[in-house]
Amino acid sequence: MDFNDTPEEAAFRKEAREWLAAHAPAFEKPEGISEAEEVALGKAWQKRLSEGGYAGILLPKKYGGRGATIAEATVFGEEENNYHLAKEAYIGIGLGMALPVIFKHGTPEQIEKFAGPTLRGEMTWCQLFSEPSAGSDLAAVRTRAIKDGSDYIVNGQKVWSSWAHHSDWGILIVRTDPTLPKHKGLTFFVVDMKTPGIDVRPIRQISGASDFNETFLTDVRIPESCRIGAEGEGWACAMTVLMGERLNQGSEGKGGGIGALIRYAADTPRNGGSALDSAAIRTALASAYAEEQAERYFQARLRTMVSRGENPGALASMVKLAYTNRYQKASGLALEMRGPAGLIAEEGSETAHIQDDYIWSTALRVAGGADEVLRNQIAERVLGMPGEMRADKNVPFDQL
Amino acid sequence: MNFDLSDEQKMLAEQARGLLGERSSSDRLRELIDARAEWDESLWREIADMGFLGVTLPEEFGGLGMTELDLGVISEELGRANTALPFFSSIILAADAINLAGSDAQKAHWLPKLASGEAIGTFAYAEGAAGWTGEALKTRVDGAALSGQKTPVADGGIATVAVVLARVADKPALALVDLAQSGVTRSRLNSFDQLRAHYAIQFDAAAAELLESAPTERVLDQLFDRAAVQAAFEAVGGADACLLMARDYAMDRQIFGRPLSSYQAIKHKLANIAVAVELARSNAYFGAWAALNDPDALPVAAASARLTAIDAFENAARENIQVHGGIGYTFEANCHFYYRRERTLALSLGGREPWADRLIQHLPGSQFKAETV
Ligand SMILES: Cc1cc2nc3c(=O)[nH]c(=O)nc-3n(C[C@H](O)[C@H](O)[C@H](O)COP(=O)(O)OP(=O)(O)OC[C@H]3O[C@@H](n4cnc5c(N)ncnc54)[C@H](O)[C@@H]3O)c2cc1C
Repeated sequence: MDFNDTPEEAAFRKEAREWLAAHAPAFEKPEGISEAEEVALGKAWQKRLSEGGYAGILLPKKYGGRGATIAEATVFGEEENNYHLAKEAYIGIGLGMALPVIFKHGTPEQIEKFAGPTLRGEMTWCQLFSEPSAGSDLAAVRTRAIKDGSDYIVNGQKVWSSWAHHSDWGILIVRTDPTLPKHKGLTFFVVDMKTPGIDVRPIRQISGASDFNETFLTDVRIPESCRIGAEGEGWACAMTVLMGERLNQGSEGKGGGIGALIRYAADTPRNGGSALDSAAIRTALASAYAEEQAERYFQARLRTMVSRGENPGALASMVKLAYTNRYQKASGLALEMRGPAGLIAEEGSETAHIQDDYIWSTALRVAGGADEVLRNQIAERVLGMPGEMRADKNVPFDQL
Repeated sequence: MNFDLSDEQKMLAEQARGLLGERSSSDRLRELIDARAEWDESLWREIADMGFLGVTLPEEFGGLGMTELDLGVISEELGRANTALPFFSSIILAADAINLAGSDAQKAHWLPKLASGEAIGTFAYAEGAAGWTGEALKTRVDGAALSGQKTPVADGGIATVAVVLARVADKPALALVDLAQSGVTRSRLNSFDQLRAHYAIQFDAAAAELLESAPTERVLDQLFDRAAVQAAFEAVGGADACLLMARDYAMDRQIFGRPLSSYQAIKHKLANIAVAVELARSNAYFGAWAALNDPDALPVAAASARLTAIDAFENAARENIQVHGGIGYTFEANCHFYYRRERTLALSLGGREPWADRLIQHLPGSQFKAETV
């Protein structure tokens, strides 16, 4: 066991750190910029990464990637996390979901067409999976595609499509055969968001922002060349996407989160001293810090597995479950330690950020696999307990 | 980075698990409790023969010179089997204290005996509920004579030698005391853990030798941190055993026409415990790694390991009984061993609060150190 970098990793870290120090500061997100400005900044940073040879670290060189190892991708991610860069879903979905599924299930032409522009930040992506009655139960999607010559005609509604209003392309899962049981009749597409018939309507969120949308699809024509994998193989494609999603979730590399809250407690005046004088607060913050460290070392164990070609499977869900719950508890505690003053915050202040964290944590416990769904996976796939009863198993979708 | 046990360590774990599982069967544990035994003496001989006692001790003093992680692997298996052995007292605490702070002569005298199992050591630090630091520390050494009362002292009845935390003038010090002498009176206490005997030990001008090759505060910190990491491994083993025991029971038990394990209330409970066990195990790995490779990181790593391990084992031990229902409350079922052992591990070396304090004080870049203690 060695927690430190190998000599190769250390050399790569040094190189990455120097490159980032020379380039990243100019791309850090200023306070209070508009969404459009943020997207532009995120795209520009992605372009700079690609010029530096750091976009798509795991992807083949031939397509603009680096062809490097998991360890290097991890090292670069850790170093990049030291900067406050614009890297929301509009960048992450392309790199972390669209490209992996295209590389695994797509044709060489599709790889050629999408890899370069995505890596260079010229093409942003959204994920058109969820529907009003197909969230956790993703295979229940109703959006229909009907073959028409060399096109498919798509009708239906997607929801919670993050950043769809700023995206060039979407990854889309639809039903092509409702007479089959629900997992079998699905097909996977990539779709140009400017295609006529796509209507993206922002949804107001509990935070006040609107970074996700409802997406209505009315007689949208998608050419066959945009189908990923064979007709009816959409579920396998969706699984590839979700696998990639899980492993990248979790706490930040440096464990700075709770460390910052402990400093915040020390800066919060209380009865002539600081909030950190309270044994109750010290104990709660120390536990949160200990959990955060544990998440970090647990991820190190998972990365070791991945670097050996082993699939951590549902173990990756454990990190997400632990992280989102700890994040919510800790930000709630941070507000509480200010007493009534925790209710009030100037825009841009540290307290305002913590209030935002507290609100955002509710999204994280739902998005990308809700807590209960993750617990089912852990119980079934890690502990080998019985699967959920499936009333819809083997029943044709149109008879449900 | 390669953050996993080596193949040799995995083999060591398997070997330990095989032996301890077989020799510390639940029937054997109940037999020991019924006999009010202080320990499982024959198992102690067996693990001594396997070399488990000297894992981290230097080769020149009869040890194997292996790492804290190898020791952790064994601690985890001892926790899983819930053994009645003085391993924590003798090896993790007493032998480590002598190794950290003893003179060459003290090491040469005691370590080979501890490594072979011929002598048993204990670490006497607590002085009742008042604690053992600052003013609370009343036991003192004057010249070469130790006086005071230590309670509770784990394995105090079978130990041949104690490392005693005492005061010399106004400073804490560690004294080595042979327990077979007239100035020592031992009385057995009623231990919450029926498989870990505890004693009150009265010292009346007992002959004592100081361990003094390093400043005592530093040695104490190291000793507690290193022990906390091993206690975390032991707790992880116990928690994992509870998790699997509850899982297996729930798989067997049919209720309302289906396996108990198919109910989400049960699945989710166990999934949460599984997460807590893996988190705690990850912190224990890092703690063992830091003990050897990054001493500056050890205080925070040890406290993190300790806090997450207490959480994991506490919840696992409680819910294991809950999942078993009424059977879980019987002496015949095996849940109670872990329920009692969990508290023993959580309370020895101090519970959450002092460790939370220690963690916060030692955070790198901590600017709040001085004012907030
Ligand atoms: C901020 C945010 C961004 C998102 N971005 C996207 C996006 O870009 N693209 C996209 O396609 N989707 C996106 N989603 C949708 C997200 O994937 C779904 O919200 C999620 O999968 C849950 O589905 P749902 O909302 O339909 O809730 P439901 O599935 O209806 O779940 C409701 C509750 O029921 C529980 N539950 C569900 N199934 C079970 C079960 N079997 N047993 C026990 N409890 C169960 C859930 O855990 C939850 O507590 C986003 C969501 C959020 C919050």
